Parts: sequence; C-alpha cells; structure tokens
Amino acid sequence: MLEGLLIGLQTAMSFQNLAMVIAGCLIGTFIGMLPGLGPMSIIAIMIPIAISMGDPSAALILLAGVYYGAIFGGSTSSILLNAPGVAGTVASSFDGYPMARQGKAGKALTIAAVCSFAGGTIGAVLLMVFAPMLSSVALLFHSAEYFALMVVGLSAIAAFAGTGQVAKAMIMTLLGLIMATVGEGALFNLPRFTAGIMDLQSGFGFITLAMAMFALPEALFLVLKPKVAGSAEDEIKDLRISRAEARSIAPVVGRQSVQGFFIGVLPGAGATIASFLGYAVERNLATKEEQAEFGKGSIKGLAAPETANNAACTGSFVPLLTLGIPGSGTTAILLGALIALNVSPGPRLMIDEPQIFWAVIMSMFIGNLVLLILNLPLIPYIAKVLSIPRNFLIPFILFFTLMGAYIGQNNATELLILVGFGVCATALKFADYPLAPLLIGFILGGILENNFARSMQLYDGVSFIWERPMTLGLLVIAAILILLPSYRARIAKRKAEGVADGD
Amino acid sequence: MALDRWIALILLGICLVYGYTAWFTMDASLAPFMKRNPIWPSTFPKALSVLAIIACLVILSGIEKSEPKEAEIDYRRLHEYKLGQAVLLLGLMVAYALLLRPAGFLFSTTAFLFLGAFILGERKWVLMVVVALIATVIVWYLVQEVLGIFLRPLPGFLGG
Repeated sequence: MLEGLLIGLQTAMSFQNLAMVIAGCLIGTFIGMLPGLGPMSIIAIMIPIAISMGDPSAALILLAGVYYGAIFGGSTSSILLNAPGVAGTVASSFDGYPMARQGKAGKALTIAAVCSFAGGTIGAVLLMVFAPMLSSVALLFHSAEYFALMVVGLSAIAAFAGTGQVAKAMIMTLLGLIMATVGEGALFNLPRFTAGIMDLQSGFGFITLAMAMFALPEALFLVLKPKVAGSAEDEIKDLRISRAEARSIAPVVGRQSVQGFFIGVLPGAGATIASFLGYAVERNLATKEEQAEFGKGSIKGLAAPETANNAACTGSFVPLLTLGIPGSGTTAILLGALIALNVSPGPRLMIDEPQIFWAVIMSMFIGNLVLLILNLPLIPYIAKVLSIPRNFLIPFILFFTLMGAYIGQNNATELLILVGFGVCATALKFADYPLAPLLIGFILGGILENNFARSMQLYDGVSFIWERPMTLGLLVIAAILILLPSYRARIAKRKAEGVADGD
Repeated sequence: MALDRWIALILLGICLVYGYTAWFTMDASLAPFMKRNPIWPSTFPKALSVLAIIACLVILSGIEKSEPKEAEIDYRRLHEYKLGQAVLLLGLMVAYALLLRPAGFLFSTTAFLFLGAFILGERKWVLMVVVALIATVIVWYLVQEVLGIFLRPLPGFLGG
C-alpha cells in the first residue's frame, strides 16, 4: 500500500496533474454554484476536454476535481440563495440558508468548507483501505459473476434511484441497454438495429447521449422556469468559527463521513440520499435543545449533510475503480470517459495501471485541500458568479453542450441527434422518468453483453446460471431488489385499506 | 391518460418493433457457422425486448400506483412557462447544427450566442455583440490551437 501511495503521490504531484486538480475544483465550484446545473451536466460538458488530453490519470483527476468542486459549489448557492445548485446539497439549505439570513453567511460557508474537507478526506482514507480489499476479492470473479454483479447493480439503481417507481426506473435501464445494442455488436461484429443508416453503424455517441440526458434538459428547465432566488448582495464576512462550535460538530463529522461513505458505495444511493439521511440521523441523535435548533440555523444541521455528501462522492468511486461498475450517473459518465481513454476500470486496474488508481486517490486529498485553502478565502468573490445574468448564461450552456457533442465526433449530424434526444429526455423528465438509469444502462450495456456472451460460450448455454452458486445468488438478489419495493407497496396499501375499513 | 402512461405506450411501440426485429428478422442472415454458437447476436436483444415489454405493460396497466406529487415543472400547464423561448432556442440549436459546416464556426457561433441572448430578452446590443465575439474567438482558439481539433473558421466560399 505504501508503495502504491508513493506511486500515486509521484503522479499526482506532477505539475500537469496539480494544475488539473486546481482547474477541476475551480471549474466545478463555479458551475456547481449555478442553480440548476448538476455535477452530471458539468462533467458531461468537460468530457471532450478531458478525453482530448489523452492522459487517463490527468483526465480522471480533472473530472473528479470537477465532481467534488461541484458539490462544494452547490452548497454555496444553497447557503447564500436557498437555491441548491446540486441535488446533493438540498439538505444543506435547511440550516445553511437560515444562518445566512441571520447574517452568519461567512460562518456557514466556513462550516460547509471544513465539513466538506473532513468528509472528503476521511472518505478518501476509507477508499484507500476498502478499494484494494474489494478489488482482490473481485479478481476471483468469473465473467458469469461479472454479468450477475452488473445485473445486481442495475437493479439496485432501478430500485433506489427513481422516485420510488421501480417500473419506470427499470424501463429506463432497459431502454439504455437497448440503445447500447445499436451498432456493431459484441459477436461477429455484425451491425444490429442500424436500419441501414451509416451514422448508426458505430452506435450512439456516449457524450451526445450524456449531454442530451442531463445538460440539455437542465438548461431547458432553466429557460422554462427561471429560478426565483434570493439575493447575495450582503457582504460575506466573519469566516471564523469558535472552538466550542468546532467541538460540537466534530462527532457529527466523524459519524457522517463514515455513514456517507458507505451510502456512496451502494449502487443507486448517492450524495443526495446520503445528505438527507445524514441530516435525519443527526437530528435524531441531537439533544432536545439542539433538536429545536434544526431548521433554524443549527450548525450541526449544516455540518451533517455537508460531510455526508462529500464522503458519499468519494464512496461512489469504490465500485467504479474496483469493479468497473458505476453506481451513479456521475460515475457512469466517468466510466465512459475512461473507456474512451482506453482504460477499463475493474479489479485489474490496480495491477495493470496502479498509477491511475493511486493518483486519483492522492488527487482527492490534494483536491480537498485546494477546495479548503483556495476556495474558502475566494468564496466572496466566486459568489459573484451568481449575479451573471441568465440571458448570457443560458446561450453559453447550450453552446457548450453543442460543442461537446461536436468535438467528440466531428460530425454535425450528431448535433441533430443531440437536440432530438434532448427533447425526448425533457419529455421523460416531465413525466417523472429518471434519466440516470438510462445512461448507466447504456454505458454498461456493452460490457454486460460481453460478459454474458463469454459465459454462454464457456458453458455452452445458460447453465452457468445454476451451475455457479455465486451467480445464482447474485441474480436472486437482483430479482429481490426489483420485486421487493412493489411487494412492500402492496402490503402497505392493503394495510392502509384495512385501516380505512375499520374506521 | 397521464403523460407518463402515454410515454409508456410510445416506449411499448418502440420495444415491440425492437423485439420483432430481434426475434424474427435478425437470425435469417446469420451464416451457418455462427448458428453453431450458443449465443447469437440476437440473443441478448431478445431477452431485453421481453423484459422491456413487461416493464412497459406494468406502467401502462398502472399496477404500480404512484402518488401525484409536486413536480418541478407541471407539464399540464406548460404554456404558463416560457415555452416560446424554449422552442425558439431549440430551433436555434437545429439551425446551428445545419449551419456549422457551411457557414463556418466563427460566424455561426457568434450568431448563435447573439441570437440566444436576444431570444431570452437581452437588448444591450453592443454588450451582446462584444461578449459573443470574444467568446467565439477564445473557444475557436482553444479548440483549434490547444486541442488541435479542426473547426472550419470561415464560410466555404471564403476559402475557410
């Protein structure tokens, strides 16, 4: 491990990679602050730049920096404007905004920054410990287990990621898998489902799809419904926190970094769930007087979601780096970028290219430090970005979306596909269909089919499902994940009906 | 019928076409040696189409009841939002896609940024032109010179 750490440190400390961390964190903070633009859109927009750099470690470091920078920036707009830039920071506005209203905006930002730092750093330590362990277990996996594991991951995402409607999330996942089969297939390189159109021969572009699923609908929502936000005109001052305050939030930070990390590891549950759960848990653990404070500017109520969402961000890298299976939309986009750079994340990553793995971990420490020491003093100035008029902002967001899709393929047809899918994605968003499962399904589709095909060939049929107990076990878990929520909903409904009858 | 079920109906149609292709048309063109393989290019799509059709039917039949909850934007009252602006911007994006090659990057991008701000209601003409021009030139320089990706700068008839 020490050897790995040194390799990582060596790679991460190169001038280029340091510049990438700083640039990523700053860009992420800037854009994450803008209400309505989530980390997925930002990363999708940044991907063409990252890919054209050609160096996978630098690209992953840049994108990871953008990711946690965006979460950090999102909390700034939550606190100052009560308009969260990122879903994972909604819980930060519960107590952060009241604090800002009381004139303690500076203190709130400091607590947010310190807690994000602590959550991110402890998360990175846990990542360092658990990722190698998981990856040595994962080396024992066979392609049949990989297939089953991906099915488990996809069903977990379908079960947890949606707004409680498993069927909708499942159809989106399947639609993603279906879209992944368009183009030249895994077997014999036969073109499939291209309808004779040459442009579809190589399949749909992953960047185009990522832009169309996230960046474009979010921008259209901003156009349709301008966010009514408070003003950030007040001077931000008094960034200090007292010793007593630090002592009172320390246990919160400790608990929430561990809890947030493990929630982040689970597929489907990301920063958003971690922050809400962290807030709820800390509220229950607090004493009576402190509980009354929650929602009115409690420092514990701000510290809990801030720690948890950053720890969860770090945790979501565990399945990506060790199994090559992304658990969230953001890590799915990172996986797509890595595949485009000819790196396949998975248990072999730590053996074949340890410098990538360790450099990313080291860059997380550096990135968190950068966020703390660079962003904290600069926050009053960076917050000025919130006053960029949307009349200028929105055309630029749309332009970068178009550019991203164009640079990736150098093909103007891609732009028409982008607009078409973007309109479809907006309609799906109106109808409350979750979009992240579609992209995850699309990215995993090729790998899933490859592993399925390999096990079919090895066992000359589908017998691998029952001949390998671990595969069977994983597939049973996947089925339970899909069926349990609807079963529980039905039980709840029957109970509710029973109550109504008794009345 | 609510929008989500209409969408499920459309998706069902797509899945049926997909399933028909996978089950009935793909295997005919398979070479004999490929047929000896335990897995065919159509195997995985066949499984997907069955699962997807089941999921569509579940949504359509409304087995999984969902409580109507406060959505971010209520599509039933779409006309109350700035729909005109959104549609115009989408049209502008399509126009940009069609014009990017023939009109050159510099012209089409400046026009896109200018008109985008115009559609959103900005009327500070000088500022709009200056911002659009500066941004276009910077992006062109970054993409062309730093990233090394060719973008035709000028319209074709000017030799760009």
